[in-house]
Order: sequence, then C-alpha cells, then structure tokens
Amino acid sequence: MLLTDDEKRMRDGAEGAAVAAAMDLLVRYGEALGAERLCETRNVAGTMTQPSPAKAKLVEEGGWAKAFAVINLDCDEDIDIPPMKVPTCQLQHGFGADARGLTGYPDASIELQRDAEAYYSDKGVNILATCTPYQVGNLPVRGEHCAWMESSAVVYCNSVLGARTNCEGAASTGAASLTGRIPYWGNHIPQNRFGTHLIRTDVELTTFAEWGLFGYFAGEAVGEGQPVVTGSWSQPDLADLKHFGAAAATSGGVELYHIPGITPEARSVEEAFANRAQPDAIGYGPRERRQVYERLNDQGTSTDVDFVLLGCPHASLEQIEAVARRLKDQKIHPDVQLWIMTPPALRAAAARSGYDRVISAAGGRLLTDSCPAMSKAAPDGTRVFVSDSAKQVHYLPAILGIEGWFGTLDECVDAAITGVWRGELSPC
Amino acid sequence: MLTFSGRGIVPGVASGPALVSTEPISGFGGIDPARGVVIEPRHELFGECFTGTVLVFPGAKGSSGWAGFFQSTRLMGTAPLAMVFTTVTTKAVLGAIVTRVPTVVECDRDPTCLIRTGDRVRVDADAGVVTVLGGS
Repeated sequence: MLLTDDEKRMRDGAEGAAVAAAMDLLVRYGEALGAERLCETRNVAGTMTQPSPAKAKLVEEGGWAKAFAVINLDCDEDIDIPPMKVPTCQLQHGFGADARGLTGYPDASIELQRDAEAYYSDKGVNILATCTPYQVGNLPVRGEHCAWMESSAVVYCNSVLGARTNCEGAASTGAASLTGRIPYWGNHIPQNRFGTHLIRTDVELTTFAEWGLFGYFAGEAVGEGQPVVTGSWSQPDLADLKHFGAAAATSGGVELYHIPGITPEARSVEEAFANRAQPDAIGYGPRERRQVYERLNDQGTSTDVDFVLLGCPHASLEQIEAVARRLKDQKIHPDVQLWIMTPPALRAAAARSGYDRVISAAGGRLLTDSCPAMSKAAPDGTRVFVSDSAKQVHYLPAILGIEGWFGTLDECVDAAITGVWRGELSPC
Repeated sequence: MLTFSGRGIVPGVASGPALVSTEPISGFGGIDPARGVVIEPRHELFGECFTGTVLVFPGAKGSSGWAGFFQSTRLMGTAPLAMVFTTVTTKAVLGAIVTRVPTVVECDRDPTCLIRTGDRVRVDADAGVVTVLGGS
C-alpha cells in the first residue's frame, strides 16, 4: 500500500508508539483489503468504553491504556495513549447509571464504564453514547470520509447523508482516532457507490415499522449489495430511514442504498446505476410482506408480554413524543416494563419538553446509552418481549433466549397497557 | 489432494478439522465468545463450537461488532485455528486480523461447497494455499 511521507513518519514512530501501532494496524488492514492507499478522515465514531469480560481483564492488568492498545489498536505493547488526533465519538455502549437495578446487568460493568468515560473523555472522546450519532452532534456532510462503526449508523451515514464510510470495527476506529487515516477502499471510492440491485415496493410504506419490515426484506434480498429502492410512499423522515437501514443491515449487510429523488447521490434511478443497464427489479408486494413479517414473528408462541422495547435504533425526539402522546393518562400493565432507548442528549430534550414526565407517569422509562441487545440484559423475568424494531426482534431472542414479537408502535403500546400481544399484519 | 489457491491476509500456517458454513456468520448476536459457539437460532451452525477448527464460511454479516467479537474469542481462548472465507469485507478482514489466525480469502474455487465439516484442512496463509489433507 502506498503511504504518504506523513503516514510513513507516523508508522516509524515520529508521533509516538501508539500512533505507530495504529499505523501498523492500518497498513495490515489496508493491505488485507487490497486498498491502494489510506485517506484522511476527521470523523471517527467507535467504541472504547463498552465493558466486556475480556476488557475488564485487560484493565485489571494494565489499566485503560492496556485495554485501548489491545482492543482498539491490536497491540500487545505497554504504550501511552495520546489524545485523539481527530474528532472521535463514543457510540452506544453498556447500560449507564439510569438502568441500575432494573435488570441483572452487573453494577461492576456500570462502574467500569463510568471509569472508562472519565479516561476517554480526558483523551478527547465525545461521549455521545448512542447508535445514532447523526441525531446528536455528529452529522457528517456529503462526501466526507468517515470511520464509523455501528451498522445502522454506517448505512445512514452513507445513504441518507451521502458521507462515506465502511463498516469499521473497534480496532480500525481506534487506529483512525490516533492517525486521522482509514483505508481508501469500498464505500470511500465513488465508483463503488452505485446500485447493484433494484427493489420495487408495491406496498405503500406508511409507518417506520413498515419501513423496517421492508428493510428486513431488502437485506435478505441483496445480502451485501447496494439496493436502489423505488415505490410509493409519502415523504420518508429520519425515523423511517433509520429503521429501513438498520433492518437491511441486520438481515443482510447493506451499507449503502439509494432512494432516487430522496437520498443525495441519486436524483434518478438512472443516476443510481451510473447510467448503466439496470438489473431486473425484485418485487416487494403483499405476499413478500407477509412472508417477511411471518419470518420475523416466528420466534414466539406466548402472547403474555413482559417487556416492550422501543427506540432501536435510538429514538428520535419525534418518536418519543409519539409514545408520550399514546401514553398520556394511561397506565402500563403492572406486569409489563416499557422502555424507550434514546441518546442522552435527546433524553435531556425530552425532559425539558415534558415527554419524560408523561412516560414516567404511565409507568414507562426513557433510558439512554445502550439497549438490551448491547447490554445482554432485559428486565428480570422477561420471557416475551415486543418491539417496533425489526433489528431488535432479530437479535434479542438469540442473545437472551426469550420470545419476541414485531409490530407497529400502536401494537406495542397496546401490549404495554394490556399485557397481551394482539399484533397482526394490517392489510396493505 | 484437494487444493485451493487464494490470497493470504493474515500470515501463518495451521491445520485442523474444518467447520464449514454455507451461510455468512454474524459476530454480535451470532456467536458467544465465552464458549466459541454459534448462537444465531436460525443459522445452520447453531450450537456448533468453532474453537480449534478451520472455520470455512462465505463471509461476515450483521453488526460492526464482528471483529470485536472474534477478537474476544482470541482473548478468551475460544478462537478458531484458521479462517477461510470468500467475500472480502471490512468486518471479516478486520476480524481475521484481530483474531490473529492464519487466513486465506478469495480462493479459486468455492471452499464452502468443496470442503466438508470434519475434513482435515491445512491453511498456509504465507503461500495463500488451502489443502484438504483427508476426509472426515
């Protein structure tokens, strides 16, 4: 791989051992990918503070510097960690203090994470603590080279914002944070950003849950492809595209899609395919919609609901308001817990706006930083959970061994109030 | 002897029994690093342990936690011996690097069709060669 003089200096230790280790990893990684060079980035979204058993052991052995060296730089040397070279944020991680005592999630992990936040914020890491950094202070501009983790954020960054990132990991984002470099490969290269599949929906998409269902279909249909999506909908909003992308990145490996006329890199279907021949359209009609709904809902038999989980990916303020509106003057069933996950910054806004009060009065909770899948923890005794997120319903049964149902926000709120799952696929 | 020619991306040589998946593998929500087991309920390898095997699979899917989860298998002593996969993505490539096991990608023929679980396989990532030494 071709390195600039600056990059060679970093590799050779001119900026210290940690930067050298970071550059060494980027070279190994770039060469394994087949990248010709690195590119500059000033926008890194990764994870350093998330507790894990392996990380706890490393911290015990050699403090946070050791944990960062091994996990975020793939380096076994004892090295000092300098401040972040470029703007870097922490994505979602484990539960914070607001979730203490609500689940079996260990207090020791909450403490470890608090300790990590102190260490890394001192190094210049912005603790956004969300899977949706684009909602709360990290909004890349079109064409910007980023080094982001979190598949749902990556697909939003590429598709909706038109910025450029691959689906990075803890080690590559760690290396990027100390060097301001990432392999120029994959989604960074303009010629790689055109459509590979055409998907046409004949179902009108009216809610974000419908967009999620459609995204789950799209991911299964194209795997790691780059779908170009056409069909009929009213103007999609942030929540719609957040759920579409998250689901497509879960059932498949979609990192980039185009919706001609909506997303920035495709004014037309022709442009999405670089004016080349278009593939035959994959159809999404009532039959496909039912099939994907049934696949997602084949993980449950009991309709006695214990737990309602909203906000995956982390809820927007508008989604929180929609929940508050439905819960006003209502009471959640005493045997059910209702949680809405949101970024800390939006929780603060929700509190100022009165939504938190309404949700709390009904017996629900607005929580931050994490989600049950990330933290591998749900309220004690949960056997059956429901969500309006295809992604969470995909992951949580596997992670916690519980049953799951997917449905609309209205169906989820109904389950929270009645304790019974009555969801069914609406006619389209 | 069945031999595949590919590209070595993490150096080293290792031999062991193959564990073959024709479906992509998920890291986060797909494996339990503490036990080295596939935990995705609808996956063809559900419940299988990959520790000490040559893991042969089409590629990575799912969350960006892929590399971190496989790195955890190294740190917890449950890693595969080697990896052979087809589709080069950032997730799978970074995962192989931080798992630090010999890895060959982009073989000239599809290893997930031609290698069977239990076959003894030698992965020479220095030469970019995968050899089936014997059937199960």
